[in-house]
Amino acid sequence: MLLIDCPHCGARDETEFACGGEAHIARPLAENTISDAEFAEYLFWRDNPKGVFLERWCHTAGCRRWFNAARDTVTHEFIEIYAMGSLPKSKAAKDAYASAWRRQTASEKAAKPAQKTSGKGAKS
Amino acid sequence: MNIKSPKQGQMRLSDGGRINRKNPVSFRFDGKTFAGFEGDTLASALLANGVHLVGRSFKYHRPRGILTAGYDEPNALVEIGQGNQQAPNIRATEAMLYDGLTAKSQNRWPTLGFDIGAVNSLLGRFFPAGFYYKTFMFPAVFWKNIYEPIIRKAAGLGRAAKDHHDADRYEKTHRHTDVLIVGGGVSGLMAALSAAGSGARVMLVDDANELGGWMLSENNTTIDGKPALNWIKQTVKALEAMSNVTILTRTQCFGYMDHNFLTLAEKVTDHLPQRPDHLPRQRMWKIRAKHVVLAQGNHERPLIFGGNDKPGVMMAGAVRSYINCYAVLPGRRAVIYTNNDDAYKTALLLDDVGVKVAAIVDQRPTPSSVLVSQAMARGMVVHTGHAVLDANGTRHVGTLKIAAINPKTGDVTGQPFYIDADLVAMSGGFTPVVNLHSQARGKITWDDEQVCFRPSDYHEAAICVGACNGVFDLKGAMTDAAVGGAMAAMAAGFTAEAVMTPAVDEPSMVMRPHVLWKMPSDAVKGQEPKAFVDFQNDVTASDIKLAVREGYHSVEHVKRYTTNGMATDQGKLSNINALGILSDQLGKPIPEVGTTTFRYPYTPTTFGAIAGRDIKELFDTERLTRMDAWHRQHGAEFEHVGQWMRAWYYPIDGETMEEAVNREVKKTRTHAGILDASTLGKIDFRGKDAGEFLDRLYTNMFSTLKIGRCRYGLMLKDDGMVMDDGVTTRLGENHYHMTTTTGGAANVLSWMEEWLQTEWPELDVYLTSVTEEWSVTTVSGPNARKILEALGCSVSLTDDAFPFMSYQDANLAGLPVRIFRISFTGELSFEINIKARHGLALWQHLMKAGEPFGLTPYGTEAMHVLRAEKGFIIVGQETDGSVNPHDLGMSWIVSKKKSDFIGKRALERKSMALNNRKQLVGIKTEDPKAIIPEGAHAVLDPHQSYPMEMLGQVTSSYYSPVLGHSVAMALLKGGHAMKGQTVWFPMINGKKPIKAVITDTVFYDPKGDRING
Ligand SMILES: [Zn+2]
Repeated sequence: MLLIDCPHCGARDETEFACGGEAHIARPLAENTISDAEFAEYLFWRDNPKGVFLERWCHTAGCRRWFNAARDTVTHEFIEIYAMGSLPKSKAAKDAYASAWRRQTASEKAAKPAQKTSGKGAKS
Repeated sequence: MNIKSPKQGQMRLSDGGRINRKNPVSFRFDGKTFAGFEGDTLASALLANGVHLVGRSFKYHRPRGILTAGYDEPNALVEIGQGNQQAPNIRATEAMLYDGLTAKSQNRWPTLGFDIGAVNSLLGRFFPAGFYYKTFMFPAVFWKNIYEPIIRKAAGLGRAAKDHHDADRYEKTHRHTDVLIVGGGVSGLMAALSAAGSGARVMLVDDANELGGWMLSENNTTIDGKPALNWIKQTVKALEAMSNVTILTRTQCFGYMDHNFLTLAEKVTDHLPQRPDHLPRQRMWKIRAKHVVLAQGNHERPLIFGGNDKPGVMMAGAVRSYINCYAVLPGRRAVIYTNNDDAYKTALLLDDVGVKVAAIVDQRPTPSSVLVSQAMARGMVVHTGHAVLDANGTRHVGTLKIAAINPKTGDVTGQPFYIDADLVAMSGGFTPVVNLHSQARGKITWDDEQVCFRPSDYHEAAICVGACNGVFDLKGAMTDAAVGGAMAAMAAGFTAEAVMTPAVDEPSMVMRPHVLWKMPSDAVKGQEPKAFVDFQNDVTASDIKLAVREGYHSVEHVKRYTTNGMATDQGKLSNINALGILSDQLGKPIPEVGTTTFRYPYTPTTFGAIAGRDIKELFDTERLTRMDAWHRQHGAEFEHVGQWMRAWYYPIDGETMEEAVNREVKKTRTHAGILDASTLGKIDFRGKDAGEFLDRLYTNMFSTLKIGRCRYGLMLKDDGMVMDDGVTTRLGENHYHMTTTTGGAANVLSWMEEWLQTEWPELDVYLTSVTEEWSVTTVSGPNARKILEALGCSVSLTDDAFPFMSYQDANLAGLPVRIFRISFTGELSFEINIKARHGLALWQHLMKAGEPFGLTPYGTEAMHVLRAEKGFIIVGQETDGSVNPHDLGMSWIVSKKKSDFIGKRALERKSMALNNRKQLVGIKTEDPKAIIPEGAHAVLDPHQSYPMEMLGQVTSSYYSPVLGHSVAMALLKGGHAMKGQTVWFPMINGKKPIKAVITDTVFYDPKGDRING
């Protein structure tokens, strides 16, 4: 059973938490038009890497707050735990973020306002 | 000596041992009464009485005896206890004896001595390696009529108690510790001294009845110039005196999971004749340790020869245990069979206590240690470069066939000869216990020098010390453990020092076993005697060879094909021998063959300990409404809805369920009904963006809702499928009250929190679950208004003053309430919310005021009929996660104006609008009395051949007492375009298919006139 360091409550047993799956899946904005297949990248496609994985956790039986974590799926080591809405800072987690296939998808591009070129992805 | 009848066993020595001779006890085994002493295990007491035959083997029902003296015992599994305290598969070598203990042997029929199943031995061809897999390939009829009955008889170990209500109590407990030490032998004790000296919280756990481990079985070792037992006693005393040390005996660590989470099973009262009420029988400990020290020692390996499973064949070390710990002689005339020096200690001890050592058979061509010389000096015959080929004897070993061999190839080189013996003490080398280390994903490495695997890399914060780290000599092990204990404490954040290793004197020995994986035999190829590798699973050396011949080369495949190392034993004794044979067959060194995964649990653990107190009424929370007592007083039957207990129906005067429900439905439609709706999920919304958030959550618009008005909403997941529904009311400018389904309340709240926290954190919205703040009573039916008026309501209830889908704060019977005019029955309805604690009072007021108006309590079943008559859906019944609003015929609720809501884009997918999607329709049977079972599938032609082309399934189906016919809803492919068509519902068990016609979903009051009473 994993020991998870809730940023609000401290280290607690895994049974107190719910894993919310892959983090940083940006939700396409309604103002942008994308195809059904492109929308499916957001809706259905999930990463399942062997190694560093950025995922969301919720301390359901505790403070009920969501946070992000970078976890190695092979060793179960938590490399970094960071706030919802922020990006990881450690090198391994940053690399995992940058190299994720999702970064190149149309659905992620559609999560940014149509006219602007900068801006954060909504779901982080 | 105070001996009560029956007489103590004839194989008991007159003195010595760690038993309490002052407390003789009697016990029963297979109906016979025997005597033993407190401090005995069942195994030692049986051996003291000359009983070796204690069970039959798993597959061949071969007679089996006691092989070891500890938890690694594969053979001597027995049933202990009676009635609802009976437990199967207890190792006799672990079961502490108490007065009145009752044990039975397993796997035998009709008696242990004469077992019909032993015929299986003669039917050996039925049970070669992989027989399960091969058997499955036969035609089904063979399986059912021939193989299954045989296998059923043969398979399985002990029986669970016939009475399933376990009389014993179990507990679970959690503990954080700095250092957990698994294994209380000399190494564990040394590690504990070092770790505890630092001030760290230390837990020291051992499976045995007392600390000391293997050293309790040795008689020729001194520490600090005194017998080792003195040092153990003194060290245990020192540790017990330390407040930061917790010692648990009879406690087996059986699991090692991620992040240093370990599970222990403590046998609290298993060893007691009377189990005190205040103690659980067993306790499961869940430990989170900063650092773990594994000091579990090693397992002695058997040697592989024909008949090596016969009663009387024992591990050489176990023989020393029985003599030194229990003062029991396991035989009168012994042969030692070994490939290392350690077994010579057994030879010398046997000689000390007067057992004739008929011969020492040593595979090694030129053994030359002090121990060997000592044995020879005492006149023992040592056959070097020899092997035991076969052990004969029916229920006990009698004669051994021995021959000279080529020590490298194992080929028999000499003329075989025979020696009589009733005890064979064998030693095939030593295997460090790396099981838990491996379970925790630590790596192991092959040690060619010591011929064993030992730990290399750690995955968790842990360290292996002593023999389980491959350090076999006592002084080395103690030093290794002292250092390991200190390192563990330091890793846990303490300043620690390794304690000094005391002076140690033990016989100098060569522990390294001679390597010969091939089984020496002079038999014709293919007719070698059965030589067991895995005793518990009845896997022989030839099974492994057969698996290799049949193409199984991967160690994991061989394990599954032969079942070697599976089941409760998990290969404790057999692993290395199996790998050795495999490596020999494949011509590959062992490290290249690899090893199998060590699985959880390390030793069998009772389900009782794992379940603890989480059984019966404590298994899950039961939630009751404030009106629960009233429902019970009035004879309600209940149903579970999620964790809630809801009144299902209220039978009167012996009514059947059908009669009661029909009455409740009719009365509600003609007069009035009252329902306890307190279980509905209720969520309070506040914040300036509450309306905006609701717009994004629901398919329809809520921000435009006027204060004091209610609106029904449908919630989708982002894939466009219906997730929940309910009525939301605007209580104030930035204040809403949402209701959800009873079962969906917790999910909906978490789901909304997720969107607020992860997707739209900029929204100013606060959600609070208020489900249990409010008791909710629904009064429904044409007389509903009159009843509330009769009770004295502070607000006007007329349609103009209080229209449908509106809400008002009011006083009812002098109590402050929130009244919502909403309806789930289609009748005039008021849903009255009151502070939870007043719920019962209000209910009773309403019942009284309603009496002249025919007010009838109705349960959830009538509620379902009432809503089904109106075609109202229930999420989770009409929907299953693959149903969108269009499928339900509810396109009207999907806003076209809103730019976004959860599920909007997904609903626009082409696949969401296909005509052949399953769509919700009404179903009316031709026979008005026929009620189609929910889940029944619709077909167009009931006479078509199988598999029939199915259109979809019935989701709700009831009899409507008001309409006089059944009503049903179904999800049918393209159903919306099929209204008026006939469909059939084929039935099972030869019943005739039910004919029905597709209709609209609203059966009752389609124009909705009754909503205003
Ligand atoms: Zn928390």
